[in-house]
Amino acid sequence: MNIQNLLKIALKALNNNKMRCFLTMLGVIIGVGAVIAMLAIGQGSKDSIKAQISEMGSNMIMIFPGGENRGGVRQSGSDMQTLKPADYDALKAQATTIAHMTPTVSSSGQWVYGNNNYPSQAQGVNTEFLDIRQRNVAEGEMFTEADVRSAAKVCVLGKTVVENLFPNGENPIGKVVRFGKIPLTVIGVLEEKGYNTMGQDQDDLALLPYTTVMKRILATDYLQGIQASAIDENRTDETIEEISEILRTQHKLRDGDDDNFTIRSMQELAEMISSTSSMMTVLLAAVAGISLLVGGIGIMNIMIVSVTERTREIGLRMSIGATGRDIMMQFLIEAVIISVTGGLLGIMLGALATWMISTFAHWPVTISAGSVILSFVVCTVIGIIFGFYPAAKASNLDPIEAIRYE
Amino acid sequence: MTLMSKEIIKIEDLKRYFKVGDETVKALRGVNFTIHEGEFVTIMGTSGSGKSTLLNILGCLDTPTSGQYLLDGIPVKGMGKNERARIRNRKIGFIFQNYNLLPKTTALENVELPLLYNSSVSARERAERAEKCLKEVGLGERLMHKSNQMSGGQQQRVAIARALVNNPVIILADEATGNLDTRTSFSILTLFQRLHREGKTIIFVTHNPEIALYSSRNITLRDGHIVGDEYNHDIKSAEEVYRNLPEETD
Repeated sequence: MNIQNLLKIALKALNNNKMRCFLTMLGVIIGVGAVIAMLAIGQGSKDSIKAQISEMGSNMIMIFPGGENRGGVRQSGSDMQTLKPADYDALKAQATTIAHMTPTVSSSGQWVYGNNNYPSQAQGVNTEFLDIRQRNVAEGEMFTEADVRSAAKVCVLGKTVVENLFPNGENPIGKVVRFGKIPLTVIGVLEEKGYNTMGQDQDDLALLPYTTVMKRILATDYLQGIQASAIDENRTDETIEEISEILRTQHKLRDGDDDNFTIRSMQELAEMISSTSSMMTVLLAAVAGISLLVGGIGIMNIMIVSVTERTREIGLRMSIGATGRDIMMQFLIEAVIISVTGGLLGIMLGALATWMISTFAHWPVTISAGSVILSFVVCTVIGIIFGFYPAAKASNLDPIEAIRYE
Repeated sequence: MTLMSKEIIKIEDLKRYFKVGDETVKALRGVNFTIHEGEFVTIMGTSGSGKSTLLNILGCLDTPTSGQYLLDGIPVKGMGKNERARIRNRKIGFIFQNYNLLPKTTALENVELPLLYNSSVSARERAERAEKCLKEVGLGERLMHKSNQMSGGQQQRVAIARALVNNPVIILADEATGNLDTRTSFSILTLFQRLHREGKTIIFVTHNPEIALYSSRNITLRDGHIVGDEYNHDIKSAEEVYRNLPEETD
């Protein structure tokens, strides 16, 4: 018997029992709808975290002085003096997988302008900082390489600092402010960026040439850190390795020695955060998956009832020439039609639920093609698995007994 | 009269034993007969005589324990399930006591059913043949009636059309008038006689001795043996009886 006839028979049988068929389907509809909505929520929160991290620069790599595993009293990284400008120069000259790089040194202190003052930091960087952190200058301009070389007394302020020092909305460009006792000319204001995932104000900063901070404010000859961005965010591991090798050579470390610097990447942070959200997604999907399983059991239940109820029909079909395989296919196709139709409606329900969640609860949601395909495939498989037993039962009936079944 | 025509059914020393617990029930204890093309045979017997078992074997639903069964020259014994399903589909037309129509299904679709399991018949041919058979049994006007909208007699006519649609070599009727009132029974019997006149081979299994008056041959079974096998030289006309029966007026 060809598939077209089988489909016709199955559809006819389902049509004869619309209500029951729909109720059975409902189990699958709700199951699939739940899976789709839960995966959309999980994927949505993952995507939004990812977006925020990549805003900070997902290919960002931070190098700190001091190793990870040291005995005795541990010192804070900023007190270690193992990272020198020479290291920066070496990296600059040798590293091939670094896109941008800046030394960092910072000092806390009081910013003063007129009778306003504000406690913040003076962050010493070079011009590439903007590229690494994906920041822009909104007004005025960034200091130049020449400013870095000459340790110029200039600064670029973040919005928060500007608002505190110039509360009356004065244009800060060209004004001379003080950081501690050092007078600095404001040459630019950074574009506003708001708060990051960790709740830090990303506008509460002021950028100075790192040479200015080192020579004029801190009077040190070592760096507190180096920030870099990898060429390819998917190959940050390679970049980290390269940096590590160059620095070990630079620091003359032997094979057995521990690193006296630490390298951290945004990628690691992103992975840590997304693994938490992945776990939540798995949990949600598991709960939803259970309801899909229950839907599958519902199909099996109703198919068993249907086989018993239609014993005479099965007997008749067999006596007029249906083979066991024909009967088996008929019931299997019925089960698959229920589950696949249920699955399609479930996908629509899931999409609707997702839309409602994003519209009314304003949660970030993303329906991925993967989750749609997955639930569709799962539905088909569920139809086959849970339809198999009743179908096999039907096909094994003895036509003599079946046709006289009351 | 029948000697020259083709042998449709030939059974030799047919035995069928069932194991029930430790006991062996001997339903058929060696049955022999040959049915030629164009015969209308009634198989008579009380319950327990083995007639249902015989019918199941003749209909290729069951296989004998021993003995030979040739259907249209083909040995059925030793055939697998699927082969027997195929032979039922191509060679046999079944008619049951309780019609066994599919519920909520039109007469046409019910009659098409056997052809659905024959992939060499196209959808168009299926519909054409089903319609032709329904017209033959006098239901040309009721093609689209659903089975539950029809009387018992009409339902049995649909079932007969369904048994005719695959051009079977033999029509097997199992108490085909058992559920019908006298008048309707005779109208169905009239139809059987007409099919017989048209050359169809029919086996009609029943426990009602009266039916034997309208067939061309009667085989009587008792306790798994044939106790009577007679040709009827004075076939009564069911149509006459039918016409003389008063119509129910209440």
